[in-house]
Amino acid sequence: MAYNLNFDWLSQAAEPIARGAVATVGLIAVTAVLGTACSILGAAAVRSRSPLLRRAVGSYVELIRNTPFLLQLFFIFFGLPSLGLRLDPAIAATLAMTINLSAYGTEIVAAGLDAVPNGQKEAGRALGLRSAQVFIKIVLPQALKVIFPALQSQIIIMMLESAAVSQISVRELTYEADMLQARSFRAFETYFIITMVYLALSFCLRRLLGFTGRKYLIGAAP
Amino acid sequence: MMDFTFWDILRNLLLATRWTILLSIVAFIGGGIVGMAILLARVSARHWLRRFAELYIGLFQGTPLLMQLFLVFFGLPLIGFRIEPWSAAALALTLCASAYLAEIWRGGVEALPKGQWDAAKSLGLHYPNQMRLVILPQAFAITRAPVVGYLVQLVKSTALTSIIGFDELMRTSNAIANATFEPLTVYGLVGLIYFVICRPLTLYARHLQLVGQAR
Repeated sequence: MAYNLNFDWLSQAAEPIARGAVATVGLIAVTAVLGTACSILGAAAVRSRSPLLRRAVGSYVELIRNTPFLLQLFFIFFGLPSLGLRLDPAIAATLAMTINLSAYGTEIVAAGLDAVPNGQKEAGRALGLRSAQVFIKIVLPQALKVIFPALQSQIIIMMLESAAVSQISVRELTYEADMLQARSFRAFETYFIITMVYLALSFCLRRLLGFTGRKYLIGAAP
Repeated sequence: MMDFTFWDILRNLLLATRWTILLSIVAFIGGGIVGMAILLARVSARHWLRRFAELYIGLFQGTPLLMQLFLVFFGLPLIGFRIEPWSAAALALTLCASAYLAEIWRGGVEALPKGQWDAAKSLGLHYPNQMRLVILPQAFAITRAPVVGYLVQLVKSTALTSIIGFDELMRTSNAIANATFEPLTVYGLVGLIYFVICRPLTLYARHLQLVGQAR
């Protein structure tokens, strides 16, 4: 039996697809900001002088990096309610994504901190800056410059993994795709179009992050 | 309703784990074989081959694995193949892994000094032998750490195949969580199982990286 591809449904699908894409972009935007902030805190903790802090954050990183994102999502959304903590799907998804991104981000930022020569810290202290000031004004900007490409890739990977949050009915791109294919009975065509939308999103996100990174991070004098 | 003891839960989860492990192994081997072909195209002298490999890698690294799973699962029946979740999962993961492995190995090939190519040429080797005897063994050797690191990603991404209905660890855990009303215990145990599989690989990758840096 020959199969004819049929894209007639597409004219009515533009709106849900756009809605889903906006939701996906919104999720990753919030996650990227929160995740980067947490990564910086995490990296500061992992490279701090307190063994307790190093241990605690180190275990968190290992735990998250060695378990699937889908499991983390289900643990938060289906598991936490039995402890009395019921979260809205969008909140649960943002939380899971932030937790996941922060674990990878912590390792990335920590590697960046290692890449800053010790002399920079000593110079900062010699200038009479306190250690918090040395970290924020001298070490961190240089570290971020080094690790920006890796962080950018990790954010894009997280956006692609966010397709899984449709499983807890967050109304993002994959969720809209599921709805569309249920209505049009054109599963392959629907998922094909949505895949292309994701491809465009990851392409644009890479360009956007690269542009902002160059403008505000790489171009800026340390 | 059936009553599950803790041991029932654990036993069922462990039984499902073999599918997770089997799928990971199949996808890793398949991905390695297809990835080799993509790698050869990616570093070939022919422009259109390089372009094709670039597009292939860009496509699989730029779209969610979940979409790739759906496309294989819903796409193959359209061209006349009946497909169960198991083959769809194995095929999609193989394709995805091949793109990542090809890209990792390309990094290895490009990290080699140009002199290696010249030396191979001056020994009178033809292109296939330059590749087989000189370039690829070195490229594989220096990319061992990222390859093992990718294996961890691969094991974790098998969890997504539960969504197209492949009965591995994640899908089994959902079923058990629904039946027992003990999601915390079940997902906690599942996390532990994934951790026990992945953590040694992570440590091994880190070890390989340190050894590589020390050389």
